[in-house]
Amino acid sequence: MKPSLQIKGVHDALIITVDDGEWSEVRPALIESIRAQQEFFHGARIALQLGDRALGAAEMGGLRYTLARMDITFAAIISTHPATQEAAADLGIQLGLEHRPAEDPLETQAADTEISGDDAVFIQRTLRSGNNVRFPGHVIVLGDVNPGAEIVAGGNIIIWGRLRGVVHAGAAGDESACICALELAPTQLRLAGHVAVSPPRPRKPKPEIALIRSGELIAEEWRRSGSH
Amino acid sequence: MSAQVITITSGKGGVGKTTATANLAVALAQMNKKVVSIDGDIGLRNLDVVMGLENRIVYDLVDVVEGRCKLRQAMIRDKRFPELFLIPAAQTRDKTAVSPKDMVRLCDELRPEFDWILIDSPAGIERGFRNAIAPADMILVVTNPEVSAVRDADRIIGLIEADQKGPGKLVINRVKPAMVKRGDMLSTEDIVDVLAIDLIGIVPEDETVLIASNQGRAAVLDNRSKAGKAFTNIALRLNGEEVPFVELDDRDGFFDRILKLGRAGGDS
Repeated sequence: MKPSLQIKGVHDALIITVDDGEWSEVRPALIESIRAQQEFFHGARIALQLGDRALGAAEMGGLRYTLARMDITFAAIISTHPATQEAAADLGIQLGLEHRPAEDPLETQAADTEISGDDAVFIQRTLRSGNNVRFPGHVIVLGDVNPGAEIVAGGNIIIWGRLRGVVHAGAAGDESACICALELAPTQLRLAGHVAVSPPRPRKPKPEIALIRSGELIAEEWRRSGSH
Repeated sequence: MSAQVITITSGKGGVGKTTATANLAVALAQMNKKVVSIDGDIGLRNLDVVMGLENRIVYDLVDVVEGRCKLRQAMIRDKRFPELFLIPAAQTRDKTAVSPKDMVRLCDELRPEFDWILIDSPAGIERGFRNAIAPADMILVVTNPEVSAVRDADRIIGLIEADQKGPGKLVINRVKPAMVKRGDMLSTEDIVDVLAIDLIGIVPEDETVLIASNQGRAAVLDNRSKAGKAFTNIALRLNGEEVPFVELDDRDGFFDRILKLGRAGGDS
């Protein structure tokens, strides 16, 4: 069974909790999971939550090297095993993270009310002609998207403003993606493999959502319940 | 005295950068300011023609940059205003002859002697544009009430902002109020809506501009020229005066709102 990859972001690092299991199985699966989300991890600092696992200096050093080749900094470990702690000290890997509160928050189980979300990039400005944004997850813009600006997202595109540029949501083929805007008036709209042009817009624009329903790309007024 | 360097640019060609540069230079000189204008359009120089100084060119910008002459030797004194100078562009070279660093160095040398340095940027977003904005303290973006001009202005503003030289101030040139009223031409509101930068001037379409430039005169020298008046107002605003916008088309009290925007603060 493939060990799961739990990630938590704290301050300037990502804490990855590694599951129990044989290191010979856990390690390749860990690398594989990270590699699958390489863009997300690129340039990141990670800390490994190893619990009471014993991990030697050779293993730890090898892991650090592999991660470095993916442009990931193996910054710290969190461990209760003395051998692991010693190995980290030998390699100059930080034991624990700075600003860590007195009790380790990772020890507590996630509350039932906690909801995990998806990766999104948030842009708080108007995109001008010539600006372009590319992101594998969702894109949220607080501002307008002027004609000549371009957004390509693997996920949804949400524009809290006027959308007048070119947008492509679900760019990797996700037909469940959607495009929302306070004023939906794009030069061209693309959803997964569908392309559409906006019809002339009404004088008093209303918030709208564009999505694929029954294989067709449609746009409709945003319903307050959010049910589309 | 330390000059403010203003670059006049647009992205789109033919919207009125050179006209604006010449007229603003003369308007500021009329207010007894020491002004030097620099033509950044190497290879397609026009500022000299429009200012009526083309037959006085001995040395040009490229000669200065390449060390063939001193800066003073390339500065041509205006016929009417002793404190107004022009540094012309070279006509037989192209934009690669000058680098952004050269422009910064040149302006630094000029700053102690002048109140205003105006740089006429060429059209486009390449080297000529980059040269022209390098030394700028403030950038005036000139556009026409026309969709492709506004598109290009938006691009330019984006580039200026990316270079930390933004956001710039807007001049809408060649406005025809009757067409705007009929809905055949973009209104000031439509344009400012997209470009979202402070407005510093609205200049009407005016035959006197063409007539004056053919004679090598600036329209601001003609009391009857509406465009000239508009350019003079821009010069006054550059000097910190609050001048209400010429009533071209005051739909819904738009201009009152604009004026309030201008007064409310921000870094205009």
